[in-house]
Amino acid sequence: MIEYTTTRHNPGVDPILHLWGWEIPLYLFLGGLVAGLMILSGYHILRSRWDRDQAQGHYVTAPLLSLALLSAGMLTLFLDLEHKLQVWRLYLTFRPASPMSWGSWILLFVYPALVASALLTLAASLPRLRQRLPVLARVSESLAGHNGAVHLIGFANVVLGAMLGIYTGVLLSALGARPLWNSALLGPLFLFSGLSTGAATLHLLSHLTPRAGEGSPGFSDALASVMVNWLRPPSAQDGSRKLEQADNSFLTIELALLALFFGGLMTSTLAHQTGARLLLTGPWAAPFWVFVVGSGILLPLLLQFLQAQRRIQSTWVPALLVLGGGLALRFILVGAGQASHWSVALP
Amino acid sequence: MSRNIMVIDTRRCVGCQDCVVACQTENDVPSGFCRDWITETARGEYPTVQLEIRSERCNHCANPPCVHCCPTGASHVHERGGVVLVTHEKCIGCKACLAACPYDARFIHPKGYADKCTFCIHRVERGQDPACVSVCPTHCMHFGDADDPLSGVSRLLATRPHHTLLPEAGTKPRIYYLT
Repeated sequence: MIEYTTTRHNPGVDPILHLWGWEIPLYLFLGGLVAGLMILSGYHILRSRWDRDQAQGHYVTAPLLSLALLSAGMLTLFLDLEHKLQVWRLYLTFRPASPMSWGSWILLFVYPALVASALLTLAASLPRLRQRLPVLARVSESLAGHNGAVHLIGFANVVLGAMLGIYTGVLLSALGARPLWNSALLGPLFLFSGLSTGAATLHLLSHLTPRAGEGSPGFSDALASVMVNWLRPPSAQDGSRKLEQADNSFLTIELALLALFFGGLMTSTLAHQTGARLLLTGPWAAPFWVFVVGSGILLPLLLQFLQAQRRIQSTWVPALLVLGGGLALRFILVGAGQASHWSVALP
Repeated sequence: MSRNIMVIDTRRCVGCQDCVVACQTENDVPSGFCRDWITETARGEYPTVQLEIRSERCNHCANPPCVHCCPTGASHVHERGGVVLVTHEKCIGCKACLAACPYDARFIHPKGYADKCTFCIHRVERGQDPACVSVCPTHCMHFGDADDPLSGVSRLLATRPHHTLLPEAGTKPRIYYLT
């Protein structure tokens, strides 16, 4: 028997670490989502599929949405700081060993890449602004007319998006004092979770911005299509089918990375195994299995597979489930990770 | 080069918390927080129970994860003695160092910066012992230069069995507990 007592009583630290509340998980979710959107829209540009006249509405809106979401994420990050007035000190130095320093500098480059991407599609996304601010329209047209610039913007969005997505995981995995986070797979896991939420957002946007003559299915339609139309045979492709297939690929990889993540922890030290059990069988097990694995990965995988096979009507339900799963993954990992610990009772 | 370390004799420590009070007084630690604390670990079954009482604080690690993860350089290693310190005005309060410390030795000061034991660097630079060491009624705490083979701490480590906390974390802590 080992009995351990301590007189320490520091707020935020004891009895278990609880420093980070809703701000950091929300920031990690929004950062990953923006990373996914950047990679997908950058890939779209690089593949020369971008065409102002033929551009799909959701790809055009993505850069502007990314700017808004990333700014919201930065706000939550700022709200989490305890010494807010010193935030500018992040940009007085670069600390190669600090993922947070890497992240703050990456974000500095992400904004111009997103602005350039938004400018590229400005004329198509906001036609009224084009009339009111012809200067912006001229910049947009000159960018779009220069093939090299278009490809540079696409490339920058893919590379910076990948860096942003991986960084959101490395931010946690670099903290070796928390065994649950201490896995190199957390970076790729968050990247692919970001890609799946990014694809889900584009999918959602494609439903919210239907083409002329098409209606957006409501929630009751979505449920009805799941229940009634699942045996319908595959029909002609539409714009969202590729997004569904892409999202399914990302979700499958995310599931494999989760399995490898736990495999790595469970074959490591006792501290790592105890950390993994917090999610597998411990206090976070129920929300983890239900919201992350069940409704966040497996159910949307099934629904999108049936949608891609044209057995059920394409709806925004799987996209919402994927977004909820991505959000739950960050909240659960941040919460459980803080509770995982090397035991100080055993010298 | 000097290498400041602390050696604590767990056979002499009675857990009186004089070191805790001395630290709070010397460093004006805000009410409800502590830079050092007392732990008790009891092992075994009656009647063969072993009890170890330890005065704990920041371990001023030779491989400090709190310094590596700091994005602004506020957490740093002092050029003299290798003491790990925080420059308050450089700290943004991101809490990465708190999460990086396997000993949970840091906390956020009500003014917003990360705070922790400094080995009373202001006293050490004047040639004095840290406040906790100077007030210990059982003289179980020793402070000195590990690079000086004639120092008290070097001689204690050479002659007495000792251990550090969580050596498996790889942080190379600089507080040694004599057993």
